[in-house]
Amino acid sequence: MQAYKELAEIIRREQVADDIYRLTVKAPDIASASMPGQFVMVRTVEGLDPLLRRPFSIHQVAEGGMVKILFKVIGKGTKALANMEVGRKLDILGPIGRGFTVANDSLHFLVGGGIGIAPLFFLARQILQKSEPSSIRVLLGARTRDEIFTLAGEFESMGLAVETITEDGSLGKQGLVTELMTDLQQEKPVMIYGCGPYPMLRAVANTCRKKKWSCQVSLETMMACGLAACLGCAVQRADMNGYVHVCKDGPVFDMDDVAWL
Amino acid sequence: MTASGTFGYGEEYDSLVNLHSLGAIIVKGISLLPRQGNPPPRIAETACGMLNAIGLENVGLERFFTEKLPFLRGIDTPLIVNILGDTVEEYQQLAKRLNDEEKVAAVEVNISCPNVKHGGVAFGTDPDMAHAVTKAVCQNFSRPVIVKLSPNVTDIALIARSVEEAGADAVSLVNTVLGMAIDIESCRPKLANIFGGLSGPAIKPIALRMVWQVAGSVSIPIIGIGGITTPGDAIEFLLAGATAIQVGTANFVNPQATEEIIQGIGQYLEKKGIASIQDLIGKARRA
Repeated sequence: MQAYKELAEIIRREQVADDIYRLTVKAPDIASASMPGQFVMVRTVEGLDPLLRRPFSIHQVAEGGMVKILFKVIGKGTKALANMEVGRKLDILGPIGRGFTVANDSLHFLVGGGIGIAPLFFLARQILQKSEPSSIRVLLGARTRDEIFTLAGEFESMGLAVETITEDGSLGKQGLVTELMTDLQQEKPVMIYGCGPYPMLRAVANTCRKKKWSCQVSLETMMACGLAACLGCAVQRADMNGYVHVCKDGPVFDMDDVAWL
Repeated sequence: MTASGTFGYGEEYDSLVNLHSLGAIIVKGISLLPRQGNPPPRIAETACGMLNAIGLENVGLERFFTEKLPFLRGIDTPLIVNILGDTVEEYQQLAKRLNDEEKVAAVEVNISCPNVKHGGVAFGTDPDMAHAVTKAVCQNFSRPVIVKLSPNVTDIALIARSVEEAGADAVSLVNTVLGMAIDIESCRPKLANIFGGLSGPAIKPIALRMVWQVAGSVSIPIIGIGGITTPGDAIEFLLAGATAIQVGTANFVNPQATEEIIQGIGQYLEKKGIASIQDLIGKARRA
């Protein structure tokens, strides 16, 4: 697979919520080759600590060779990234992995949990190239209002129907994102595109099985290289016979391809 | 050279690296039969380094021949195959089969694996077992045999002498340093395997010290490995007595690290007015 390594200038830095940031970088080779669901490996410092690159799903691509990533500050790497000044160069590798496959003649339900909603923007734009906005429904879950409020608004401004739910009830109903799925009755085939924390995706997959909906999930693991060399990003196969690797076989998998351990 | 386990089977880096410019490609360790590897999590990051417990996941010898070798044949760079096994006999069979394949310029013997027939003690921690496995490979492989040494021993020079005596043409050192990390949120080890091998810049001083010690006790060439990330790191290993070096974890951080180190060594020689890289080898040892 063709990946590019670019020294990408930071064009814009936005603080989307308390600890959520969006960086727009100029990386024309990566931007032109990217598909929704693929990711990039970003070096967060020039020094040796943190040593490893960090994987980020491609949040959006935009005119002028722009690539956007959306992230929550969790550790040293994301903290360093959040403090990057506009004009600095970011060492970025990508696009990596297998992204989402847009289903034909289906309703598209985009299900995101917390910061996992990042790649769903890119996916929504891709779907909109061929389908009406009415074929898409965005279901967003989070711990609290702040995590998704601004981003839910951005989906709405794309003309999409958005439903939100939070664990503390501060936005939408109180509960988990799977509850938004449970209430839905559809006659047309449904494709679920899920991205978020592992326990959420497992619950999403369970719900899809019950409803006989197709489902693709974007998985996240620790990984060192993103190039299928370190083999660190192993996930148990559904048949329990060995492992698939998130960087090469994923990050997007059909829910039936992995064992939900 | 690219260190085993950090460069896949070469093709993974093809779009980012000029593979023809490398000194050698050492592929991911191959066993007789495919191995699935350890359950996840398999890696954890530590200060200036990483822990891994991949568990020697590999495609096995047959699939290496059918799926990986055709690509590598097209690369005009010496191919070194890293081999591993549970018993001396397995190493022997691997050596025999690889001997018939001319593209394989050398084998590198991973002796950090447990010897299943001897209570799971790693071959590389016992001079007699290290001797036996080296001898078995040398008798079945007619081109250079490199033995990759484990740092998890009291006296690495002792093991080095033992494999030299058994017929090794070179030693490479060091493999990863045994370590662990614990997640203070879940209060559990970060690796499913509990222990893993530490690599990266964090281990460079240990590796350099060991190369220095081994250089003082064997006369076969030494290939230095351990946290080499910059041309300067590589030069330190040469000065300590290594004839060549391998770049490992740095390939994960910067896929072009090995290429850049080769270029950087050249620039250093030029700047210093040193005619040949040979003049650097062991220079720090001479008064």
